[in-house]
Amino acid sequence: MDQYGWLLVALPAAGALVLLVGGRRTNAFGHLLGCATVLGAFGYGLALFARTVGLPAEERTRELDLFTWFGVQALQVDFGMRLDPLSLTFVLLITGVGALIHIYSIGYLAGEDGRRKFFGYLNLFVAAMLVLVLADNFVTLYLGWEGVGLASYLLIGWYTGRPSAATAAKKAFLMNRVGDVGLVLAIFLLWRELGTLEYAEVFARAGEIGGPTLLAITVLLLLGACGKSGQFPLQAWLPDAMEGPTPVSALIHAATMVTAGVYLIARCSPLYDLTATGRLVVASIGAITLLLGAIIGCAYDDIKKVLAYSTVSQIGYMILAVGLGPAGYALGIFHLLTHGFFKAGLFLGAGSVMHAMHDEVDMRRMGGLARHLPITFVTFGLGYLALIGFPFLSGYYSKDAIIDAGFGAGGTAGWIFGGTALLAAGLTAFYMTRLVLMTFFGEQRWRELRTEDGEEYHPHECAPVMWVPMVVLALGSVGAGYLLHAGDALVGWLEPSVGALAESEVSVVPHDLVPLLTVAISALGVLVAYLVVGRHRVPVDRPQRVSLPVRAARADLYANAINEAIIARPGTWATRALVYVDNKGVDGLVNGTAALLGGTSGRMRRLQTGFVRSYALGMLGGSVLVIAMLLVVSY
Amino acid sequence: MLAVQQISGAGQVLAQRAQLPAIDYGALAPLLVILGAACVAVVVEAFVPRPARWGAQVAVTVLGLAAAGAALGVHLSSGAGGVVTLAGTVAVDGPALFLWGTLLALGLGSALLIADRTVEPGGAFVADAAVRVGTAQDRAQNRAQRAQPGGTTPGGTRAAAAGGHEEMQTEVFPLFLFSLAGMMAFTAANDLLTMFVALEVLSLPLYLMCGLARRRRLLSQEAAVKYFLLGAFASAFFLYGVALLYGYAGSVALADISQASAGTDRSDTLLFGGLAMLVIGLMFKASVGPFHTWTPDVYQGAPTPVTAFMAACTKVAAFGAILRVLHVGFESTSWTWRGVLWGIAIASMVIGAILGLTQTDVKRMIAYSSVAHAGFILVGAMAMTPDGLSGTLFYLLAYGFTTLAAFGVVTLVRDAEGESTHLSQWAGLAKRSPLTAAVFGFLLFALAGIPLTSGFTAKFAVFSAALADGMAPLVVIALVASAVAAFFYLRVVVLMYFSEPAADGPTVSVPGGFTTAAITLGVVVTLLLGVLPSFALDWAALGGFTS
Repeated sequence: MDQYGWLLVALPAAGALVLLVGGRRTNAFGHLLGCATVLGAFGYGLALFARTVGLPAEERTRELDLFTWFGVQALQVDFGMRLDPLSLTFVLLITGVGALIHIYSIGYLAGEDGRRKFFGYLNLFVAAMLVLVLADNFVTLYLGWEGVGLASYLLIGWYTGRPSAATAAKKAFLMNRVGDVGLVLAIFLLWRELGTLEYAEVFARAGEIGGPTLLAITVLLLLGACGKSGQFPLQAWLPDAMEGPTPVSALIHAATMVTAGVYLIARCSPLYDLTATGRLVVASIGAITLLLGAIIGCAYDDIKKVLAYSTVSQIGYMILAVGLGPAGYALGIFHLLTHGFFKAGLFLGAGSVMHAMHDEVDMRRMGGLARHLPITFVTFGLGYLALIGFPFLSGYYSKDAIIDAGFGAGGTAGWIFGGTALLAAGLTAFYMTRLVLMTFFGEQRWRELRTEDGEEYHPHECAPVMWVPMVVLALGSVGAGYLLHAGDALVGWLEPSVGALAESEVSVVPHDLVPLLTVAISALGVLVAYLVVGRHRVPVDRPQRVSLPVRAARADLYANAINEAIIARPGTWATRALVYVDNKGVDGLVNGTAALLGGTSGRMRRLQTGFVRSYALGMLGGSVLVIAMLLVVSY
Repeated sequence: MLAVQQISGAGQVLAQRAQLPAIDYGALAPLLVILGAACVAVVVEAFVPRPARWGAQVAVTVLGLAAAGAALGVHLSSGAGGVVTLAGTVAVDGPALFLWGTLLALGLGSALLIADRTVEPGGAFVADAAVRVGTAQDRAQNRAQRAQPGGTTPGGTRAAAAGGHEEMQTEVFPLFLFSLAGMMAFTAANDLLTMFVALEVLSLPLYLMCGLARRRRLLSQEAAVKYFLLGAFASAFFLYGVALLYGYAGSVALADISQASAGTDRSDTLLFGGLAMLVIGLMFKASVGPFHTWTPDVYQGAPTPVTAFMAACTKVAAFGAILRVLHVGFESTSWTWRGVLWGIAIASMVIGAILGLTQTDVKRMIAYSSVAHAGFILVGAMAMTPDGLSGTLFYLLAYGFTTLAAFGVVTLVRDAEGESTHLSQWAGLAKRSPLTAAVFGFLLFALAGIPLTSGFTAKFAVFSAALADGMAPLVVIALVASAVAAFFYLRVVVLMYFSEPAADGPTVSVPGGFTTAAITLGVVVTLLLGVLPSFALDWAALGGFTS
């Protein structure tokens, strides 16, 4: 049955094709078809998983050659799939959580125009994400990488009426391009060094690559991972991406796509095994991001943005884990899986809250919703407990293990990695408790308020098609951690892909102490949140006179300002300089309809102001330069 | 070909005392067929009555292209290797045959766009180009056109065309064929004088074709004059370069120049001065920055089918000639000139990518995109390896079809004033015409180099070849430039999909069979080369240059 592995990709891809090409004819059944293809892929993935578990460890990695993409002498790229424990784990996460979110979307987008198209895009995303994780070479991986990006931009910009959505889609595209350049450069470097891009060969011959080149490759791969996974310094697009519909935030920007960076590094573990410096860079980026995300998450009032920064922070944990090398690859994937459950559940819960509150996202306008949304409250509450690492829920096992591994790095690095991870655990408890208190407890502030249309708020529980997926994910948030942890089930299963888990001998904090410390500091975070937020009246309007740290956190720790100063402004200057040199009557960027006002003749004059003499002069200048350079070089 | 024969023959006559050179008609057949079709088209223009001319011209053009393609197929299947014929002036070798095939296929697409009379009632070309803009006669031409409110339907068009008022200038067909023949000769020219004659044969008809637009005639004529003046300027550079190289090597044959430069103590100033001027002339035609200045204006002003022809075919022909000059004539001195071409390639990529960001007109935007692409192609052309050659040829094929289809789509978005090329008018196009927006979006992704389109496979082939030939820093710059360029393609996608349509925005014409066929051809090839590039890459790698 392995040879039909392509069905995993083909099913959702066919769904996307039918829904996007079929047009309005498929409106009636589009959402059902969208769910069916993903459920089908999930079923097939389960069957493959069951078969693989039955195989001995050394036979668990299979490669499927589908067809030859490039086939000329030096350039050989096959379109192939690699079925192994790592890719199958992702297949189950993507199709499983994906199917639940597809079902939830039926209710969330009920009555909206173009729900069919939405399912088409979602199917497209699932197909591309499966290509990404099932690829057996870097070019096919890149295909999936661009594919998920495309689906992500289309879905971020889903609400075409909002200019902010288009801006967010553009920002996501731009920052992802920066990351993609890194990935492409890494791929080209690998090709130059080894002449092949098949995983099997690249990893077998990784030792042939010289030290500095290998370091460059691993850092460039990390840059790609940073772009896709919203890691420092490319984290700013992810919170903005919350402009998309909430199921999209749950599926793409929490559970699956944004974890592609973690997948990439875990997949390339044979490369990272060879360079301690490369791993150190990865772990440092993870540590910076997890702290940064947690700090900013404390300052937002927008329920989705808090969750988004929480995602940034939690992916930081995963990147930190995979950056610790053999001691952490499996732990990163472990946290990725449990996070997939509880964060998807939290986002769906947030979607349910928004559904009840006329798409309101400002938590200052909520409060006391627990009584009105009992199912949402319970499922959200379980996800919350799992995220802050409440004992014996999912997050407890996976996050503790990463903090422990962080201390296990030994020496100064151990103190820094373990310490930041521990501190961020406390901050996580603080901002999540703050979120839950502001949303579900306290005064019902919305009673005094009106919606934008001037209506009263009538919060109500959502339909079963929405809450059933939430319940399933809540069960996952509760149980997945224990199931995967017991008997080192996941670690053992992943061994053929990422190697055995190395236990640290040089830990700066005893292993047994770490869980206690984590629980204690999380409890402290909860307590502080209760004292600061829970016991006071929450003002509906955002207080403006706040301390400096809060102001910095509200401004995303000035990430946008820094991006602006480092990238955007020099870019603008370069453009202006070039336009000036090019001597053209260029009329600025697209600025809406103003340009429509001038008649055709006016537009003609404005666009074509170049004189032949200045063009000829430009050419002459270039020519003199070229001739002079060639003559100088030849002497 | 007559002209080519005469001029290059003249030297021959002197040298060999009137001995006629051997001619391999089988190898030259595709070129001769196109020239023959061009001559037939001239006769048609002179003798066929006006109402029947359009049909006759389209038939002659399409049949000529098909016959040339068949002749090419016959020659290929005969298995003959590289042939140098006409006393060494024309080399019909692997790259030349690949480029001829590419030019014929792209030429067919362009001919279909040129022949279309449904999108613009009567065709995109003016009925009588000699009438001065703004005179009573010109107003009469316009009135005849505006008096056809049902003109967008095929029925109305036919009725109007039969009336004779808005008959298009059918001379465009012979001009097109002559130009195409010039391009084919350009890619196969084995000495610099033949190359110069072919350059003029391909350029002169193009200058005229640029000025034949039915709408916005002043803009069109201005573009034609600009293109002509700057083209003449560039031709002068080319010719001066030829003169210097003749002074250096005592011959204009590329092989002789190559031989002369290998280990002699002649003046390097003549050699490299000549090369520089030669390259400048060629870069102009290929619209490589900083010699691109004409490109946006001419692309914008020319009738869009002609723009499509220029963007696709001229680029292919010019790079074909650049490849031949560099690979055959100057391979042994590559270490000297490569640094300078690096600079040109970087300038072209940066200019194209950054200035493309500021454009507000679709045609100008694609023009800057073509400048950036010229830089990418130049990166491949500099790699003096078989992979570099085949990758570059593949890139030309892929880029040609994508840009052809893109301009085909541009002809469809129109309002009462003709084509709506201002970007703000494209806002919300996906809501008005999902299919057009999807096709254009796909083509933009191909230009940006997203996988599963030919843009990705082509870039991959070219950049990996350049990397293997030790040009890593250049590849890094190219990748960054393509990432920047991707942004302005995306801007259009965002505009089409995520913006509200303007209230008085343009409509999307339902194209007739010809334009539909051309766009479909471009889209299908773009997809095919993205998914299954091997067959084309194999063909491109068939053989190197023969001289």
